[in-house]
Amino acid sequence: MDRINDQASIDAAASRNWSAAKGLLRFITCGSVDDGKSSLIGRLLFESKALFEDQLAVLADESKRIGTTGGDLDFALLLDGLAAEREQGITIDVAYRFFATERRKFIVADTPGHEQYTRNMVTGASTADAAVILVDARKGVLTQTRRHSYLVSLLGIRHIAVAVNKMDLVGYSAERFGEIQRDFAGFAERIGLADVVFLPISAVNGDNITAVSANTPWFRGPTLIDYLETVEVDDDRMQRAPLRLPVQWVNRPNLDFRGFAGQLASGVLKRGDRIQVNPAGTQSTIRRIVTSDGDLDEAVAGQSVTVTLSEEIDVSRGDVLSHADAPPAASDQFEAAVVWLGDQPLLPGRSYLMKIGAKTATASIMPLKYKINVNTLEHLAAPRLESNEIGVCGLELDRTVAFDAYSENRATGAFILIDRINNNTVGAGMLRFALRRSQNVHWQALDVNKAARAGLHGHSPCVLWFTGLSGAGKSTIANLVEKRLHALGLHTYLLDGDNVRHGLNRDLGFTDADRVENIRRVAEVAKLMVDAGLIVLVSFISPFRNERRMARALVGDGEFLEVYVDTPLAVAEGRDVKGLYKKARDGQLKNFTGIDSPYEAPENPEIRIDTTRVDAPAAAVEILETLGRRGIIAAG
Amino acid sequence: MISLTHLQRLEAESIHIMREVVAETEKPVMLYSIGKDSAVMLHLARKAFHPAPPPFPLLHVDTTWKFREMYAMRERTAREAGMELLVYRNPEALALGINPFTHGAAVHTDMWKTQGLKNALDEYGFDAAFGGARRDEEKSRAKERVFSFRTSRHHWDPKNQRPELWNLYNARKHQGESVRVFPLSNWTELDIWQYIHIEKVPIVSLYLAAERPVVERNGVLIMVDDERMPLAPGERPAMRRVRFRTLGCYPLTGAVESTADTLPAVIREMVLSRTSERQGRVIDHDASASMEKKKQEGYF
Repeated sequence: MDRINDQASIDAAASRNWSAAKGLLRFITCGSVDDGKSSLIGRLLFESKALFEDQLAVLADESKRIGTTGGDLDFALLLDGLAAEREQGITIDVAYRFFATERRKFIVADTPGHEQYTRNMVTGASTADAAVILVDARKGVLTQTRRHSYLVSLLGIRHIAVAVNKMDLVGYSAERFGEIQRDFAGFAERIGLADVVFLPISAVNGDNITAVSANTPWFRGPTLIDYLETVEVDDDRMQRAPLRLPVQWVNRPNLDFRGFAGQLASGVLKRGDRIQVNPAGTQSTIRRIVTSDGDLDEAVAGQSVTVTLSEEIDVSRGDVLSHADAPPAASDQFEAAVVWLGDQPLLPGRSYLMKIGAKTATASIMPLKYKINVNTLEHLAAPRLESNEIGVCGLELDRTVAFDAYSENRATGAFILIDRINNNTVGAGMLRFALRRSQNVHWQALDVNKAARAGLHGHSPCVLWFTGLSGAGKSTIANLVEKRLHALGLHTYLLDGDNVRHGLNRDLGFTDADRVENIRRVAEVAKLMVDAGLIVLVSFISPFRNERRMARALVGDGEFLEVYVDTPLAVAEGRDVKGLYKKARDGQLKNFTGIDSPYEAPENPEIRIDTTRVDAPAAAVEILETLGRRGIIAAG
Repeated sequence: MISLTHLQRLEAESIHIMREVVAETEKPVMLYSIGKDSAVMLHLARKAFHPAPPPFPLLHVDTTWKFREMYAMRERTAREAGMELLVYRNPEALALGINPFTHGAAVHTDMWKTQGLKNALDEYGFDAAFGGARRDEEKSRAKERVFSFRTSRHHWDPKNQRPELWNLYNARKHQGESVRVFPLSNWTELDIWQYIHIEKVPIVSLYLAAERPVVERNGVLIMVDDERMPLAPGERPAMRRVRFRTLGCYPLTGAVESTADTLPAVIREMVLSRTSERQGRVIDHDASASMEKKKQEGYF
């Protein structure tokens, strides 16, 4: 700590650091618990004078009171921002820290080493140009080190510094350093990390941080700061990649100006360039690159710009501009690696919102190809992904989007998945390639279509989707409705939950994943029947909003009528026609809706039947009237 | 190859964030406090939507205790930007005559700023509010997201933040919920000053050293900005050469002695200074967890 007393040299160093023309590097630090991450970042802040005297005073005081370094400055305390974490003495989230040297400003993501927080590390890594992986010189490469290294490689970070820390505690042994280096290098090669640099350091003592240490005469450098000041920044590398400009916002202040605003993901854009709008494939020419400081001749990866085009063509938010001769791929089916962040598991068959660039689409998850054991890199079969797990699966979108493989371009190959009910960000994904299936299995264009069949039947097709608790009266009402429709000479079919489970869905149980698949199959069958021109009555508990919404999306507008058979749990349980509630209460029946599995009531059903007020015949009349009003059957 | 400077990259990132908010929320507003961070944020907003004016209004949650020069600056700035300026003074605080002298810093801040901000957002129905907070200001800020969600009662839950990956911001929320967005999250105090200097962003001259009437209380220099400032018996304002590193309500903002009367001098002084900017803020002098507590209650 004697360096801090050398006022003149600190002032000189600090003055050099305020140059406005420096680069920017984002990096993450990762390592196991107690590898010394926080100490390292604290050391970097201290050495670059990013700590102020009052902060140091608070730190000195806290180090004495709650520190773990026997009264010396405990840099780890600087980084534990949230009160709850400080009490637990563990970092549970990503913290961002800033410091600067003469050449660069640094943004450091401090990410936790604790097992259940993969998501935080993935978050920190997603924006990083480089990673500093800490290894305790005494312990060597641990399971957690391997896991973090794998995540670093999965997230596409190209430059890795392995900082072998606590060298002072192994007597600055070159042999020990060499051992760890060999051990890690073998693993790095397996996971495709190409650019790895090894540094023997002591965060606590400052060895090889800013200056080559006399304690390691066998090490020639670089120091950690040297490394961070010179390692390549992603934006610079991406200037050599093909042009991608995701359009964020169409700027239209008046009739004479139509600008397309966005941040260049990659490449170099010049005035007069011939460009293509993706995925539409239309082309135009860059007329102006507009900024408030005057027009630019060219813009590079990383810049936020507004461009205008010579020939007016349709461009909207979510489109990607590229050079006409080097467009991105476009598809609606992909294979991707997905890191699951949500508390509820990822269930194949369920649909999520997918945000890629400035575009938001609906994505259905296809069955998982496998999940990855991040410790052993083994591929394991899995029906679902739990929080913090990583898997590979197909995604099917409701529209075509422009994209690049994540390994080629992080900005146009990355996406997040959003839960449609609670709006949380529940998944992070990296696109690998388009599944060609959508191009190989062309839709048969059929001459006899839905409208032709409806004409023959004399009524429009639709789905009447009855949802409600077990014993609510769904099947009774649906049965009555079908009888009346049939009596009118209309073409109907009733899909009943119990009956379908005896045949088509015989292989499915009652876990959340199986319930999702159960509904998915029934929804697809209902869709085919609507296409055949039938009035389809579906009587299923269908407890999840998401699946009902998916079923609705499969058929045309106005063809899906959700009938909420609203019976309070106590009433349904009181009736207990099939004796199921009693079994569930006795624990003989698991995952029973309303008892130990949730029922998500519809928010805006087309028809709501309150069975405590209306009996089944009256409900049937009400439903027929609604069909008449909607023009599905002849009114009256 | 053109290598962008750190300021160019910070600028591009902030602009990207602002455009996302405008594209994905229904009724955004920019909180404008007249300070240096607000000035930079507004400057970036004008760049983001040029040649159109920023498509949202400015909102100043006023405490009636700002420096006089700040009020003058506020009117001038909104006019020049061609933006609507909304000024909200919490009617309850106004009726009770809340002030820092009688009621203390904590009550004053809570009533005028925390409650005032919540009321203003509810009253106008804004679902997104830009704020100029930076992660380098304070420990609990270091972990806050760029898009920070609030419940319908404006509470912040630090344990339940959405992960933020790449530059893919998820702005979706339920009816009644709102989001506070911090486009300057990754800027430091030094970045702000360098940017103001290079971009010639207009700021109030209180940031530059000048002779000003001050009194010293508990080691803090308080400027006597108007006649509402009660003086203790025998207490006399003295003219001292001071400037401010941060600006809030004048009775709660400590000045520092300084000769830095130009931006380069301020930057040099800042680089060589030994104390962080929040030391001048009387409200932050509680335990270090206090900012997190204030934020959970709805303070920006």
